Amino acid sequence: MAIEIKTKGELYDVCIVGSGAGGGMAAKVLTEAGLKVALLEAGPDYDPANPEQQTQLKWSYESPRRGANTTRPFGDFDAAYGGWEIEGEPYTKAKGTEFDWFRSRMLGGRTNHWGRISLRFGPNDFKRHDFDGLSDNWPIGYDDVKPYYDRVDKMIGVFGTKEGIYNEPDGYFLPPPKPRLHEMMIKKAAGKIGIPVIPSRLSILTRPVNKDRGSCFFCAQCSRGCTVHADFSSSTCLVKPARKTGNADVYVNAMAREVLTDKEGRATGVSYVDKTDMQEYQVNAKIVVLAASACESARLLLNSKSSAHPNGLANSSGMVGKYLHDSTGASRGAFIPQLMDRKRYNEDGVGGLHLYIPWWLENKKLDFARGYHIEFWGGMSMPSYGFGFGMEKTNGKYPTVEGKMKDAGGYGAALKNDYRRYYGSTVGFAGRGESIPRVENYCEIDPGAVDKYGIPVLRFNYNWTDQEVKQAKHMQDTFEEIIHSMGGVASGDKPGADEKYGLLAPGRIIHEVGTTRMGNNKNTSVLNKYNQAHDVNNLFVVDGGAFVSQADKNPTWTILALAMRASEYIVDQLKKQNI
Amino acid sequence: MNRRDSLKALAVGTVSVGTLLSSCDKKEGKDSVAAGKKGAYGRTPEEQLNDEKLMAEKFFTAAEFSTITILADIIIPKDDTSGSASDAKVADFIEFIVKDQPDLQLPLRGGLRWLDVKSLKLFKKAFSDATAEQRIQLVDLIAYPEKALPENAAGVSFFDTMRGLTATGFFTSKIGMEDLGYKGNQPNAWDGVPDDVLKQFGLEYDAKTLEQCLKAEDRGKIMTWDS
Repeated sequence: MAIEIKTKGELYDVCIVGSGAGGGMAAKVLTEAGLKVALLEAGPDYDPANPEQQTQLKWSYESPRRGANTTRPFGDFDAAYGGWEIEGEPYTKAKGTEFDWFRSRMLGGRTNHWGRISLRFGPNDFKRHDFDGLSDNWPIGYDDVKPYYDRVDKMIGVFGTKEGIYNEPDGYFLPPPKPRLHEMMIKKAAGKIGIPVIPSRLSILTRPVNKDRGSCFFCAQCSRGCTVHADFSSSTCLVKPARKTGNADVYVNAMAREVLTDKEGRATGVSYVDKTDMQEYQVNAKIVVLAASACESARLLLNSKSSAHPNGLANSSGMVGKYLHDSTGASRGAFIPQLMDRKRYNEDGVGGLHLYIPWWLENKKLDFARGYHIEFWGGMSMPSYGFGFGMEKTNGKYPTVEGKMKDAGGYGAALKNDYRRYYGSTVGFAGRGESIPRVENYCEIDPGAVDKYGIPVLRFNYNWTDQEVKQAKHMQDTFEEIIHSMGGVASGDKPGADEKYGLLAPGRIIHEVGTTRMGNNKNTSVLNKYNQAHDVNNLFVVDGGAFVSQADKNPTWTILALAMRASEYIVDQLKKQNI
Repeated sequence: MNRRDSLKALAVGTVSVGTLLSSCDKKEGKDSVAAGKKGAYGRTPEEQLNDEKLMAEKFFTAAEFSTITILADIIIPKDDTSGSASDAKVADFIEFIVKDQPDLQLPLRGGLRWLDVKSLKLFKKAFSDATAEQRIQLVDLIAYPEKALPENAAGVSFFDTMRGLTATGFFTSKIGMEDLGYKGNQPNAWDGVPDDVLKQFGLEYDAKTLEQCLKAEDRGKIMTWDS
């Protein structure tokens, strides 16, 4: 077979790999500064307003599987293409370890799938070593990032309220939506036992921030992508304006293979396979910015071996792939008898929670390190696949409208009426916490496996420690306390020690970070404090890989702020001719 | 929400009206339910092919399909509020979902067989050939998990699965959602829990919440900050 590598486009100023939060922000900042940018994305182009791709405002019955998660892991209407398993793109796990890797191959990447929860890291989150010594401090602090958070708030839009909580810094907020009924009940119940509940902070436009994007019309479907672009996704809010400058060439379906280097070891571009014609291409650029996701960027670096970089690119420290860590997650559902026989009204609201519980305790008094926040759901949402399952576990436990008990299960008119009575009477709680970054948890290249493009794949080595398990136990105890306080009945059995208290496998919360961490010491970190590789000064990584530690916050807002900061550093360094 | 209200809701934002109206005004007829058309609900080309492939396959025999239809109508019959499971084409949904989720195939096929054998023992004929009274007599043996006899456990498990799939198939259909009174999936302006509901639950929005939260009249105004 004749095989050749074709060069695409001119010599670009910058080649960015990945169009998610980090890559999108880099593309916007760099193109607006007048630089010529090639943006590589491994999946197809995507716009939630494209009628061929739109899932928003579809009814469950428009899907023959009624929205079931058979093909998309979060259901048929979720915007994200991809998932934990992608055909032809495997990954492996070292024996006795676990990690599930969620990938979204499309313009905007995983910003098409998330709860739009947009929390700033607080001052303590950058300096965890100072509190428990269990991991390292970041080389930067909250004050370094604050100006960028401020600008991200105003550029993209996030609703919330000023609360004055030290480690949950306030920002420039849009007004939040009023709480829903079950959220008010949770707030009251949690308040009784000393747990604070405050308005959530979501990047959804309750009011517009510019003339290009509409404001929320309350369909509760941000996870489907918004046709009026009233929620944040990178494709909508960042790549679109980057394209508008005329300075960006966006290459879709371009699966990056490796970062190319010259004899001196400097980056010269990126080679990729075009998934549509399966031909090999390369893009040449003066600067390479990786934003392919923490693990995919690490994979690219490890696969970019040369005589100048025998351990993989930017890996003289051996730290590429190390310190991989995801958020912890555990959850519990509950039935709230008070909410039976509810009056019907449209309570869709925004796509996500209107209130949430920020971390509220002091670790000194606890048997685990670091905190978690609690998210919750409930309400009269659109019925989809799974609606009505398990009625036989509930309808024998509560009296009928006439006040009589009846046998569980059943059929016919009485059963049909039960579904109406119980509709909207369940709530759920989910904890999302900070794990301990450990050098022992890592991804590496599996020497024995390639994907369908011939690219060597990642092998994961990851185990939770007692810290995370104890944190999950605390979550479960808290869920039950709140449920009892609101007169509810927790669903199913409380997960015990044998199930790690319901602690999900690493990778399941899709907040993995840390694989190319920043630091001042080039022997223990991959990047400097501006997301620039210690070893290669024209190479940057602006995804979650740069994180030293993930807080109990969702990482996106921090990825955005750091990518903006790194991109402006690039512009500045180019002006000074330092790169 | 009627069309006029939708337009009003839209007018307050700088939205792409064309896009939205084409979404919410779309007639949800049989064509879109069949979901066989390209782009009907935002499929990728691979997903579209997969849907088409599944829809072209047939799993249940005519006899099995007929028994599923009978059972589904026993589980969700027509009443004063809405039609029956078969009015909502629940059996068609079950036929699709077992092809989509093959793990369901064996429990359902085996369960149907169990039902027919039980019917044969009791009435000397298959379930679908039994009289309406006989069918109910048999269903009563397996519809109540807590009082069913151990010898009928397999039937109970099958009926639980049928009950769940029938409920999902019915209440995710257009007539099922109308029955349930689901009011959403349309552009609107959320302005909090209705007053009478707040009163019913002894709750109210406090002054701080009212002050902080979005005011409906601000929805179209571009946000500005003091600093």
